[in-house]
Amino acid sequence: MDHTALSLIELGAVFFVLGALGRLAAKIGMSPIPLYLVGGLCFGQGGLIPLGDIGPFTHLASEMGVVLLLLLLGLEYSAAELFTGLKRSWMAGVLDIVLNAAPGAAVALILGWGAVGALVMGGVTYISSSGIIAKVLGDLGRLGNRETPVVLSILVFEDLVMALYLPILTALLVGVSVLGGLKAVGISLAVITVVLVVALKFGRYVSALVDSPDREVFLLKVLGAALLVAGAASALQVSAAVGAFLLGIAISGSTAENATHMLEPLRDLFAAVFFVVFGLNTNPAQIPPVLGWAIALAVVTTLTKVATGWWAARRQGVGKMGRARAGAALVARGEFSIVIAGLAVSYGAVDSELAALATAYVLLMAILGPTAARLVEPAARALQRKGSTASAPSTAT
Amino acid sequence: MNVEVTPLPGIGVRKDFAIRNGRRVGVVTHRDGQIELIVSKSDDPDACLASLPLSTDEAGALANLLGAPQLVAQLTEEHRDLPGINTKQLPIKNASPFDGRTLGDTGMRTRTGVSIVAVMRAGQVHPSPTPDFTFTSGDLLVAVGTSEGLEAAIKILKYG
Repeated sequence: MDHTALSLIELGAVFFVLGALGRLAAKIGMSPIPLYLVGGLCFGQGGLIPLGDIGPFTHLASEMGVVLLLLLLGLEYSAAELFTGLKRSWMAGVLDIVLNAAPGAAVALILGWGAVGALVMGGVTYISSSGIIAKVLGDLGRLGNRETPVVLSILVFEDLVMALYLPILTALLVGVSVLGGLKAVGISLAVITVVLVVALKFGRYVSALVDSPDREVFLLKVLGAALLVAGAASALQVSAAVGAFLLGIAISGSTAENATHMLEPLRDLFAAVFFVVFGLNTNPAQIPPVLGWAIALAVVTTLTKVATGWWAARRQGVGKMGRARAGAALVARGEFSIVIAGLAVSYGAVDSELAALATAYVLLMAILGPTAARLVEPAARALQRKGSTASAPSTAT
Repeated sequence: MNVEVTPLPGIGVRKDFAIRNGRRVGVVTHRDGQIELIVSKSDDPDACLASLPLSTDEAGALANLLGAPQLVAQLTEEHRDLPGINTKQLPIKNASPFDGRTLGDTGMRTRTGVSIVAVMRAGQVHPSPTPDFTFTSGDLLVAVGTSEGLEAAIKILKYG
């Protein structure tokens, strides 16, 4: 069989299997991300289909997956929303960083992965999955709830932190000196500030630049702009993903809505490839030794996220049940934990076991998150009932 | 009515208000234009008992059932090109001196130059009410006039 034919067959088989896995995920009401990771684990390491022939394609496609993930995340927010979100939630946001990055960083240090490994694992356990959480909130009919804006503004804060964190991480992964690192951080801070100000004041010009009434022209312009900006950002060591995120923020209004509609299927396709490639690069044999750590991290960071949400919701005057819902809603980790781990692995600057730990952790959290969000209310009610029956006799006597 | 507008970053906007029994009623407008009607629970005011997705048509139909805003918006639109003429909805409140009295008793046209063109009651529109039309609290009067006249009309309905 000639080379092209073989590549097409392989690629087709991969997409088809992913489609089947996605359908399975939708049927049992969970996020497809863990299944894509499992799919990647199966394809790699002498799995069903060796992907040697389409390696170059999947590599580029997974890069595009990250760019599109972040671009669409940026498109969801307007600069004004980011600023108000920041103002409203910065205290909860700081607590969020401290509580949730610490366990990951601590485990990395215990396992001897050094400061860079600690920064990576801290990011992996810190960042909630806005994709999974937004979907769960919609599915459970909680958009009208009073604690929901609290949850969303924490997510906004996290996404902004990502815009700062990724360039810093990239600089450290490349292994630059302290001075070089500071320079990279300075550049990225300046770029982010400029982009946010431009987006706030001149967002419509950026939108007008990429806008077009013709679907085809519009798609090419948006995608072209995203890859150009991502590439340029990458050349400046600000991380391609952040470039795409900032472009997404600068595009606003109806242009952003149209772009979201048009790019969503592309993002789903390329992001799926990204998760598979991450799974491929992870050696399943390395998972069992770190599984204990993954479970320990899952338990601890579930509790710390619940605490974060509880505290943030209480500050907004939300009742106990709402606080519990806010906490449980934040538990899910997903795409961005993998983006961070993927970045670290691609630079080869961290222990290869880190990918295995991150995979196992995200597998657990992507399943645990939606489950916790769903079960928190019945569980809290059961607790309340137990509490009231236990206290009833004591008040009677 | 004190409508609370809460931005939901990445999703849309929530507009709701508390009704007399303490529950909240409102809508969540999604970015893509989808509308959800929300009603909060009575035992847990932070949570929603229902969040019903409505199409634009369904939301329009519901708004029509609930009455006045739709009609007023329509009349305002028709009067857009006539400067100085405004349409406003004026409530007959619980404490209003005209609860149980007639349109004639208000002397509205003589005193303010404002015309009452319709009365909305229980989702029904009563067009062109005659002077012997009897008001009851909860009625919404659709009034047309100058802005000064409408200001005066509000005061009359409140204080007599």
